[in-house]
Amino acid sequence: MSVVEQRHTSTPTYGDVNRDVLATLRPPGNLYFAWMSIVGLLLTCFFLAWTYQIFVGMGSAGKRVPQMWAMYITTFVFWIGIGHAGTLISAVLYLFRARWRTSIYRGAEAMTIFAVMTAGLFPLIHAGRMWFAYFLLPYPNQRDLWPNFKSPLVWDVFAISTYLSISTVFFIVGLIPDVAALRDGSTGWRRRIYAMLSLGWEGSDSQWRHYRRAYGLLAALATPLVLSVHSVVSWDFAMALVPGWHSTLFAPFFVDGAIFSGFAMVLVLILPMRYFFRLDAYITDRHLDYMAKLILVTGLVLTYFYVCELFTSWYSGDHIEKASLFWRLSSTYWWALATMYFCNCVAPLILFWKPARTSPSWLYVVSILVLIGMWFERFNIIVPSLGHDFYPYTWGIYVPTVTDSTIVIGSFAWFFLLFLGFIKVMPSLSVVEVKETLPPPMKDAVHGGHH
Amino acid sequence: MVATTNTVVGVFAHVDTTVRALEELRAKGYHDLTVYTPIPVHEIEDVLERDRPVSRVRVFTLLGGLVGLVAAWLLTQWTSMKWGLFVGGKPPIGFPVSPPYIVIMFEMMVLFGGVATLIGMVVLGRLPRFRRSASYDPRFTNDRFGVAVHCAPERSPSVRDILRGAGADEVRA
Repeated sequence: MSVVEQRHTSTPTYGDVNRDVLATLRPPGNLYFAWMSIVGLLLTCFFLAWTYQIFVGMGSAGKRVPQMWAMYITTFVFWIGIGHAGTLISAVLYLFRARWRTSIYRGAEAMTIFAVMTAGLFPLIHAGRMWFAYFLLPYPNQRDLWPNFKSPLVWDVFAISTYLSISTVFFIVGLIPDVAALRDGSTGWRRRIYAMLSLGWEGSDSQWRHYRRAYGLLAALATPLVLSVHSVVSWDFAMALVPGWHSTLFAPFFVDGAIFSGFAMVLVLILPMRYFFRLDAYITDRHLDYMAKLILVTGLVLTYFYVCELFTSWYSGDHIEKASLFWRLSSTYWWALATMYFCNCVAPLILFWKPARTSPSWLYVVSILVLIGMWFERFNIIVPSLGHDFYPYTWGIYVPTVTDSTIVIGSFAWFFLLFLGFIKVMPSLSVVEVKETLPPPMKDAVHGGHH
Repeated sequence: MVATTNTVVGVFAHVDTTVRALEELRAKGYHDLTVYTPIPVHEIEDVLERDRPVSRVRVFTLLGGLVGLVAAWLLTQWTSMKWGLFVGGKPPIGFPVSPPYIVIMFEMMVLFGGVATLIGMVVLGRLPRFRRSASYDPRFTNDRFGVAVHCAPERSPSVRDILRGAGADEVRA
């Protein structure tokens, strides 16, 4: 409480917001370039590994029967999940009028788009001959045969491309008035570029009128989209008969896990941003507290789903299902399962303790653990389930190779390259929405409640 | 008539003075106003929206969404009829819709609806603008509110008085 009250005494003004957001775009220091170098190095390894895989073949990625889906699809699902927090913050919390979203939503939206762009690489890498990626588009072949629209994999193409498009539209709409503010605060060639990107926005009453209505409608469209995307991704698995996959639990289970990991990634990005850009006046301890609570709640729900998953497998009486579960718990991949349970069920429990919810270092540790845990969750769904299905002669163990591990690690470099680039060319804090949460400047009258 | 219109701009630092000026201008019969604000402000919108219909962006959204929905329905049903294959023991098409196609229809509805909303906002908001309006000031995206009154030249002195009387920091023509 004392922290919150302290902040109120030094509320920023509208002018402060413009100044502080412009300050984030100043030429970066050595630390920034040091990070960029590391990221660039990893990304080079990524492209080298990919080139090697194209040259040598999919065997170099450890792909063999039965685990034709392994690290690539794991990482694909992981990155799609990361994206969810951004849309949740920008759409669902907007409709619920949660005012605290304003200072984190721009960063979270950028994270969503970059995460989906990272995820989008993996079906291409996984497909091997990615120059045939246009096969995914709905068009007929020479014999007039179209894609099978009853296949969850085709649903997935539609779901992911719609998600990327709508998130981008949302992002662009939010940026227009902010870029106009940057335009008016900068000079020279920057001003000309921002003027073009802002579409000549002037903030007149008729522009705002349509803008506000459009924003609300986009939020209303994006809200069901948040829930649908990871449900559709989960049906890639749940529609198959593989033991460990074939479950109606999967859609809510995936959506909850996505939001859980997404908020962890938001914290991983927002905490350093707050520290280096000195944004404590905007991203306060209250914001950290709320995000920590969301991680805690989704983590507890996830724990419940894990228990459900174990229980339904056991209670089903299905011999194959039970055997698959027992193998997963006790054999080759038990350590991956143990890591997942620790990171996703035990580690977030520290957030019941209030000082941990507002401490950047505790939150950082928990967030990293959650991200590791959620990556392993997808690994545990995909690899052990495929490795132990109906017939003993189809059983097998997957071992990662240098090639696919490099590509997975390199995907993080790709994501951070995009994000680090973004924070230096675009406002990572929404000028307009932060101002909306401040008391409007009044000369005589005290600001009455209009809510 | 159009050629002889003058524009008087008042620059305000506060919301309440801006609202006062707007109320006064409307009471005196000036309705051709452009108000510039750094953020959408409820108090100012309350004055301006009083006798305006709701923004037509929602028409774009509705039409876009319906077009997407129908297009996806046609696409899935028509392509399934090209090769009438039974998949998983289910007939190639169902009426009104096969359950698996609902996913495609939903996604296309959201996609088309969202893009149409963006187009609606751009078209109705008269964007993009390649030239700055004469009454615009760069401070209007920072911390100042602007009221531009479009009126006959002979009335501009009285408009200036109203703006200044309401508490404008600066009045220019």
